[in-house]
Amino acid sequence: MDVLGNELNFQYELLLPEIVLAVTAMLIVGLDAFRTELNLGRRTLPGLAILGLVIAGGLSLTWIDSDTDFARLITIDNFTTFFRLLFIATALVIIVGSWEYIERYVAHNAEFYGLLLLSTAGAIYMAAARDLLTAYLALEVLSFSLYTIVSLARNDQRSGEAALKYVLLGGVASAMLLYGLSLLYGVAGSTQYPEIAAALSAGVEDVELPLLLGLVLIVGGLGFKASAVPFHMYAPDAYEGAPLPVTAYLSATSKAAAMALFLRWFAGPLLPAIDDWQWMIAVVAVATMVLGNLVALQQRNIKRLLAYSSIGQVGFMLMAIVTISEVSASALLLHMGGYLVTNLAVFMAVIAFYNQTQKEDIVEFRGLAQTNPFLALVMTAGLFSLAGMPLLAGFLTKFILFQSVVDGGYTWLVMIALIMSTVSLYYYLQVVKQMYLYEPSGNPARWRLSPTGYLATGVLLVATVVLGIYASPLYTAADRATVALFS
Amino acid sequence: MTESDGYVLLALFLVPLGTALLLMLTPSRERTAIIGLTGLASLAMFALSVYTFVAYSFNGDQFQAVLAFTWMQNVGVLGDKGIQLKVGVDGIAASMVLLTGIVILAGTWVSWKIEDRLKDFFILLYILVAGVFGTFVMLDLFFWFLLYETALLPMYLLIAVWGSTRKEYGAMKLMMMLLAGSILIFTAIFAMYTELGAGSFDMELFFAANFDEDFQKIFFPMILVGCGTLGAIFPFHSWSPDGHAAAPTAVSMLHAGVLMKLGAFGVIRLGFQMMPEGGEFWAPAMIVVGIVAALYGAVSALRQTDLKLMTGFSSVSHMGYVFLGLGTMNVIGWNGAVLQMFAHGVMTALFFLLIGGMYDQSHDREIPHFSGLAKQMPIWSIFFVIAGLASLGLPGLSGFVAEVHIFIGTFRSYPIVGGLAVLTAAITATYLLRMFAQAFFGQPNPQWGGLNEITWGERAGATVLAGSIVLLGLWPAPWIDRISPSIIDVIPGVTL
Repeated sequence: MDVLGNELNFQYELLLPEIVLAVTAMLIVGLDAFRTELNLGRRTLPGLAILGLVIAGGLSLTWIDSDTDFARLITIDNFTTFFRLLFIATALVIIVGSWEYIERYVAHNAEFYGLLLLSTAGAIYMAAARDLLTAYLALEVLSFSLYTIVSLARNDQRSGEAALKYVLLGGVASAMLLYGLSLLYGVAGSTQYPEIAAALSAGVEDVELPLLLGLVLIVGGLGFKASAVPFHMYAPDAYEGAPLPVTAYLSATSKAAAMALFLRWFAGPLLPAIDDWQWMIAVVAVATMVLGNLVALQQRNIKRLLAYSSIGQVGFMLMAIVTISEVSASALLLHMGGYLVTNLAVFMAVIAFYNQTQKEDIVEFRGLAQTNPFLALVMTAGLFSLAGMPLLAGFLTKFILFQSVVDGGYTWLVMIALIMSTVSLYYYLQVVKQMYLYEPSGNPARWRLSPTGYLATGVLLVATVVLGIYASPLYTAADRATVALFS
Repeated sequence: MTESDGYVLLALFLVPLGTALLLMLTPSRERTAIIGLTGLASLAMFALSVYTFVAYSFNGDQFQAVLAFTWMQNVGVLGDKGIQLKVGVDGIAASMVLLTGIVILAGTWVSWKIEDRLKDFFILLYILVAGVFGTFVMLDLFFWFLLYETALLPMYLLIAVWGSTRKEYGAMKLMMMLLAGSILIFTAIFAMYTELGAGSFDMELFFAANFDEDFQKIFFPMILVGCGTLGAIFPFHSWSPDGHAAAPTAVSMLHAGVLMKLGAFGVIRLGFQMMPEGGEFWAPAMIVVGIVAALYGAVSALRQTDLKLMTGFSSVSHMGYVFLGLGTMNVIGWNGAVLQMFAHGVMTALFFLLIGGMYDQSHDREIPHFSGLAKQMPIWSIFFVIAGLASLGLPGLSGFVAEVHIFIGTFRSYPIVGGLAVLTAAITATYLLRMFAQAFFGQPNPQWGGLNEITWGERAGATVLAGSIVLLGLWPAPWIDRISPSIIDVIPGVTL
């Protein structure tokens, strides 16, 4: 029973997928302590992680169309299920596509897998929380896991520097967010989403200023997690220093989780205060897409290029928060699905490339079309899709996203986004140019991917193309998730 | 045409797309298989396009062979019939489909002599062609634009990998300018969809929408400039000569021959057909832009010494006629514009085919470097002269039929501009005849003694193109019969 005397729902099985993730994480770290005694094979740890993820994903499917909550802290609705599946799939793809990389270039494999699973659980609860404190704790579970795994690159000094920068700035951002939340609590008198929404719609005339300050801090804190401008400063360094799979994870799950929280908060408890925050998000969105895309033009390192390009992508996504409605939220979820698939395709290709060459400068991709045409195709399809080119996921999802923003009355915002989208094609083409126009610099012999490399990149390539032509199932899922969000 | 003919229209863009997929699975060392496969596909596309043109009944409905499949609906921003795979043609589209079928037939045949990465070339070329066919036959705005962009995308790699003369610069400039144009089209589509408020991208709903007049006045120029950039409308034409000069033969043929028409086609479909009042308002601007482009292109062509640049500027000039014809807002002018799209398509494709056939041997395109080519390459020269004479508007060839319509239409609406248009034709005659005199006649230059006649593939392609030029020139009725009724449906306020 809570303080108001309502009966609380303590069905622990609602939390089963995350419990599975956490137990698997413990198991991996525990088993690793006895590695020599148990004579563990090199595939045991990733295999175990994959098994845990598959079980958790399978369990998540049982709550499709449920609409309940756990102790009024965690909501289990379609929105949560959508993100559960999204985050679990992302972690799965990253492990399948990069376990060889992890084995070779990441220190402390067991901790890496364990923290990856834990952070996935954290990301899920960011989407699922229905209480400010739960959301904050989930966010910190994700963040602390990330601070650690960013530093796990073997023999790379940039990794430690990246982690330090990330943890210091991340700490400041968390403090900002927490202060913002406490101000919001002061204004609304509750940490529960429905109560906050009710309090804000009842009117806040005498506490306008604290509310505004709280919103600024919340947008700043969340903006940091999503690496929106001007809170993006850490992102390129963290991306560059982190091991490649972590970079992929940062640009996928970490961003998507921040967007999930944006959606939960701004479509729920904060929706009544839309006039106070709409302009803020619009400003941040414009700054993010303009700066992210323009700075990306000058990058020479593929990780930094992808870092800035993913900053630009966040700008596009934030537009849907500006015009928040069922229409734009479902478009955002669709776009996020497309973005994750595409972005992971590019990263898996880069990881496979790094496994072979140990290089990460854009010029090193020269002649890839001759040495590994398949990988060049995956990279090209992925980059073109990120730029929103047709027959690929990016075109369709961006089209729907932008249309929904125009429907929301922000045509000027979409025009800026379209211009920046065109700019983005220019720097993606720089990579494509290296692969197709120039001769390989070193050994021109053909090389092959590992079987799991083929699996990960192949599946993502097919998904990118299929989503670009027929996205109806994903869009329908996104739509059902959105209905839950606004109910 | 009946609904079942809609499958023919679907096949028009599924055949090249399927061929591209099959090619991906073919090992690149199997040249014979690649050539066989593309040969079959090109014949199939040609046959389908001829069927589309012939079967279009000019006494029937405006849009025929309409076939629709629901794709995505009642989700998010989409309402009933949100996005459909809906195809159908009117007389204008049927003519353009025929044009594409002819050009890709010839373009495939001449490309077989490419040595470097033949397979990749055809994959990209066929994706491009699928986009072109798809845009002409699509009646759903989402798919229309998706395929429109599909037609642009492969261009970068096609030019940058297989091109010549400043190819990276030409490719990037082309890509960036065309995509900048797309920004405007995107915006206009989004705005129209929201304004329509039907939750559907069905183009026939947009044709019947009757948007607010001020809305039309704002968004028509976006379509005009956006699509017009692809149609090389002045002053957004500057990618065209550079791009054409850099592109490999078949790509120049398709690009100048078909893709630029896609731009003009977009202005008709998305511009005039959806926003007729906006079109009427901006028609005088199109007259100005059209005549300036015609004159400017012709004068620039006069100054060029590179054969491909000369043809490139000549294309700008001829596309100026198209926009001039559309701007007249009368049936004769419009007929001329659409005829010119077809006539210029086959003619310029023939030009680029022949220039490519010679350049591959000589690696030189400077007109002053040549003389007496008629003696060294008589067959090549005959084809070239046919194309040239069509370009300068000799009666009996396609260019004359088209231009005479445009000139009459222009004289009816704007007599002074009509005079300038005729002057342009005179300038065109000047640079072409001068080029013939210099390069084709006179003493053969011993430096080029080694030049051989063009290959059989090129001869066959040139024959198809030259045949179309003569056919349209002597018997334009099949085209006019199909185009005129559609035009009257497109612009209801049009004067006769």
